[in-house]
Amino acid sequence: MRVLDVLSLSTQAIARNKLRSFLTTLGIIIGVASVVAMVHLGQSATRSVTERIASIGSNLLFVMPGTSLRGPGAVRTSAENFDLSDVDAIRREVDGVEVAPALATTARVVVGNANDTIPVLGTSNEYLSVRNHPLDYGRAFESGELSSGASVCIIGKTLVDEMFLGQEPLGATIRVGRTACRVIGVLSEKGESMGQDRDKTILMPIKAVQRRLVGKLDVSVIYVSALVDGTTKRVQSQIESLLRQRRRVDSGGVDDFYVRDTQEIAEALESTTNTLTVLLGAIAAVSLLVGGIGIMNIMLVSVTERTREIGIRLAIGARARDVLNQFLVESIVLSTLGGIIGLLLGVGGTWLLTWKLDMPFVLSPLIMVVGFSFSVAIGVVFGFFPARKAARLNPIDALRHE
Amino acid sequence: MSDGYGEVRESGVPPTIVELCDVYKIYGRGATEVRALDGVSLTIRAGEFVAIMGPSGSGKSTCMNIIGCLDSPSAGQYIFSGVDVGTLGRDERALVRRHFMGFVFQSYNLLPRTSALSNVELPLVYEGVRPALRHRRAVSALAAVGLADRQAATSAELSGGQQQRVAIARALVTEPPVLLADEPTGNLDTVMAREVMTQLTDVRRERGVTIVMVTHEPDIARYADRVLLFTDGKLVRDGTPAEVLA
Repeated sequence: MRVLDVLSLSTQAIARNKLRSFLTTLGIIIGVASVVAMVHLGQSATRSVTERIASIGSNLLFVMPGTSLRGPGAVRTSAENFDLSDVDAIRREVDGVEVAPALATTARVVVGNANDTIPVLGTSNEYLSVRNHPLDYGRAFESGELSSGASVCIIGKTLVDEMFLGQEPLGATIRVGRTACRVIGVLSEKGESMGQDRDKTILMPIKAVQRRLVGKLDVSVIYVSALVDGTTKRVQSQIESLLRQRRRVDSGGVDDFYVRDTQEIAEALESTTNTLTVLLGAIAAVSLLVGGIGIMNIMLVSVTERTREIGIRLAIGARARDVLNQFLVESIVLSTLGGIIGLLLGVGGTWLLTWKLDMPFVLSPLIMVVGFSFSVAIGVVFGFFPARKAARLNPIDALRHE
Repeated sequence: MSDGYGEVRESGVPPTIVELCDVYKIYGRGATEVRALDGVSLTIRAGEFVAIMGPSGSGKSTCMNIIGCLDSPSAGQYIFSGVDVGTLGRDERALVRRHFMGFVFQSYNLLPRTSALSNVELPLVYEGVRPALRHRRAVSALAAVGLADRQAATSAELSGGQQQRVAIARALVTEPPVLLADEPTGNLDTVMAREVMTQLTDVRRERGVTIVMVTHEPDIARYADRVLLFTDGKLVRDGTPAEVLA
């Protein structure tokens, strides 16, 4: 029997029962689509996390007070805050770094008739490069403004859009807490990150925030950026030994501060999303398996229902292996069709979701090949048993079957 | 059409094509043992038209299934065209059926929702004949049974007599030397039955094909030139219709 004839016999049988064939295939379609979509979405999420962490600033170290247990869910205990002398010390003692102090708070901000509670960050000009958040237009702080703690501010795009409503922000005076504050610059757009609008922010000289908004001379975080790639580890250990000295931590004692690398955070988050991807993929693979059982079920029913047809085929000269091939190919064709449709749906669904969620669309040829081959394999495995049952029928009994 | 057997027939006695020697077909064991065939010996010559008759349970269908290589005997020898086919395995018997046997059944047994032409082409598909040639042969086989204009019709669109003629076309499209008919008129009224029997006698005359037909209707058996009468798994009478049915 010619290979093409086996294929055409099988497709004829499938076409004769369109609705049933579709329903049979549906299990595979859903299985493949969910496997492909889940793994792709997981990879997109990983990519989006790493991209966002890169956008925070590369070679970036966070120096924070408190004791840290390593890991994504770090526990922090309270400890004495830093002040600007610590910042100066790091600038002075550690080579090849850019240092930006930061003191975060929130304040009631009034622009004309609009008012909202906005995160305010006291910092220095280094913040713009260390945190990779450059100005869109306007200017940075002048050194006089920084040393005197002048009430000037640089605002994020969201404020321009939502509070200035098309008016020119540069040179305007806004109210931040109880301070009148002149806008000197506008930050470039950063978009949303982990549920936070990073453009809804106000930068002020750190001394202005310390005196006018917080009333303390604290620095809550020190951002340190290593200027040369691959030196973050050295910078980190230098900062650690410097701060141990300044904060009088005994050798062997527990640090009351910690230095955290963005790379570490990225790796921790990446391993989390990877675990999630594997988990979701595994759940989806179970649905593919269930789809395969669906095929087997329908094929078994189909063999019983078509017993007489099988008898006719045997009587006119089909060998057992011809019948086996026909039914096996039928199930492979069904599962392959399901695989193709599922693949298209999975990729399409991923594209739609990543577009809606504003994530990068990652296309992985590997997972597409794996998903598709898996669906074909399911056709072979789950089609074999019903096909063998058909091939083993006795022609006389099969012909008598009502 | 040259059939090879015609020349022999003209020169004298046609060769034996079917030879059963002391054939048994036994189902079950011990107390529940059923002897569907109980020591049957018979020979059929090429080109003969043989009717097998007998009450139900007499073993006539079992006998035809064995002659048609659908079944194998429990004991005894079946020589087909000089070859012992009684001991062949499943797939070998399938090949004998494919190349040497054509089947016509009481309930036509056409594939449902399939055109007459595709039904007739089916045996050629298993033979591995190329599609173009397959199509030509199926068209001419349908034309031979007078259904040239019903190629695209499915069995639901054909009368019983027409369906049985499609089945005859399907049985003969591979040009087998033997045609086996199991109650071919059992589901047909007398008009259509006569139509089908005429068809069978025509193909026999034109092609010299050997026909073995199971029937329980004496009127139908009279179309044959020899009648075998079975009772309780034994061949009890063998002769012309006039002798056996008298």
